[in-house]
Amino acid sequence: MERPKLDQANRRGGLELLLENSTKVHKVEVTTPKDGQGKVVEVTTPKDGQGKVTMKLLLSWVKDNLIKERPEMFVKGDSVRPGVLVLINDCDWELCGGLDAELEEKDVVVFISTLHGG
Amino acid sequence: MGGGGGGGGGGGSRREAIERELKKLRAEREDLDGRIRLLESELEAVPAGVSGAAAGKGVGDGSCGGSVACQSRVGNGFAPDGGLPADMIYRYSRHLLLPDFGVEGQRKLSQSSILVVGAGGLGSPVALYLAACGVGCLGIVDGDDVELNNLHRQIIHKEAYVGQPKVKSAADACCEINSSIKVVEHHHTLKPCNALEIVRKYHIVVDATDNLPTRYMISDCCVLLNKPLVSGAALGLEGQLTVYHHNESPCYRCLFPSPPPVAACQRCSDSGVLGVVPGVIGCLQALEAIKVATGVGEPLCGRMLLFDALSARIRIVKLRRSSPGCTHCGKNSFFTEQDFQKFDYENFTQSPMSDKAAPSVNLLPESARITCRDYKKLVDNSEPHLLLDVRPAHHFQIASISPSLNIPLSMLEEKLPTLETSLKETGEASTLVVLCRRGNDSQRAVKLLHEKGFASAKDIIGGLQAWGRDVNPDFPVY
Repeated sequence: MERPKLDQANRRGGLELLLENSTKVHKVEVTTPKDGQGKVVEVTTPKDGQGKVTMKLLLSWVKDNLIKERPEMFVKGDSVRPGVLVLINDCDWELCGGLDAELEEKDVVVFISTLHGG
Repeated sequence: MGGGGGGGGGGGSRREAIERELKKLRAEREDLDGRIRLLESELEAVPAGVSGAAAGKGVGDGSCGGSVACQSRVGNGFAPDGGLPADMIYRYSRHLLLPDFGVEGQRKLSQSSILVVGAGGLGSPVALYLAACGVGCLGIVDGDDVELNNLHRQIIHKEAYVGQPKVKSAADACCEINSSIKVVEHHHTLKPCNALEIVRKYHIVVDATDNLPTRYMISDCCVLLNKPLVSGAALGLEGQLTVYHHNESPCYRCLFPSPPPVAACQRCSDSGVLGVVPGVIGCLQALEAIKVATGVGEPLCGRMLLFDALSARIRIVKLRRSSPGCTHCGKNSFFTEQDFQKFDYENFTQSPMSDKAAPSVNLLPESARITCRDYKKLVDNSEPHLLLDVRPAHHFQIASISPSLNIPLSMLEEKLPTLETSLKETGEASTLVVLCRRGNDSQRAVKLLHEKGFASAKDIIGGLQAWGRDVNPDFPVY
């Protein structure tokens, strides 16, 4: 799979405010640098030549391509900032390998900003 | 005859008044009859010599030893094992008819004690439902008083209680619904110094608070005392719900080891909240508390419910389990009760243990700031100036000082040319005065304006809130 697609990166709970037009759902195609035409990119794992998209790569891609302001509200270091819950297909990314989780076509990634109000 | 007709009309309105009075009295009699029936059935259920009606309202920090009231009451004499007291059978008959819930569920509920932390938007339906459904002992903690701007969502409070403690208002409402349970008022803000003592008395804790440091504190407290924690949150048009520290579910620290940056912590008092949203989450919290108390069904352990009111979507996601390496609930945790009592949660999260007090910033030198009283003088002296209001447009629509120019802080940089034009119209020598709601964004704006060459820019200390307090009491604060 040379160009895996992430069907939806769905952000909610306030993070949409960081994006142009406050869109909550994004269909994105994350390309790997292999073919030299990718928009992003950073190779995260050595020998990752099979075009695998990891969460680490996706975060970097989202930061560079979707986040229009205050990136510190989304990322910290190479991970998400504290207080953001990451879900891959409705499952806590900690159960899927965290930053190293490999994404497949049609995977849905959701970033939840936790709420504290009441 | 005209006069007779008029007299008849007068007689008619008198008649109506009497009928109204009769209707009222009859309703009162019906109410009294109901209460008499309830007490009679209670009396029948209690053997002579045992004081059964230990239920009622407890003020202060009276102990809530499970449900003293319910434990001392025996059954109805018509069921194996004694069954439930007769008055409970009638009151909770619709619960007893549920095959999955039944007598056992109701009995467990009547023997459980649940602490609701926060009598606000979430806590209102939680307390009302838990009181109505017959938990043995219901504790309510809150240090705040009822305010008029609470009532659109905090449905437990009535207008007559504005200015009174929320715990009193909430406890009165609960007792009106169900006088047979014990309701305990804890009129404090929950803090590390009093949390252990209060939480220790209950089986289950419901987090219905409105701020981040309190959420960390309640979770730590529940881990130390090994209590299940039903946690809900709501903001704007979204809500979240899960059960922490129960059946291997994570604690708050497993999920969020480090607190988010302060800028990411929105408060209802800043961002707003649609009244029904905490209502929905609070109802679900009551449901989860009932499930945990009775062992009926599957509580939301290791799962989180996400509610999006705008799109009418509920999503339930799977969470990690309790982490063995967690600093607080992990096997090797050495966080003690003493550590807890000393822990500074406000410092840890860099935010206050209250929804109301917005952390104020101090970005500018004295010379770049004026008080609202000084601004009033400037206006009265007709000194040339331009008032720039940097609040978001929907805030500006609520109320503003006229004349003023509204450019939201987020758009200020791109709209500098507009500002320049307006400033020229008011005169070259005019001062640029910047205003916002509380006096934080105005400082950020002035800082930016100074960098962009608007050297005369000053901000009004305390914003419109100070204006409403110190200059114009008629200005509608929000």
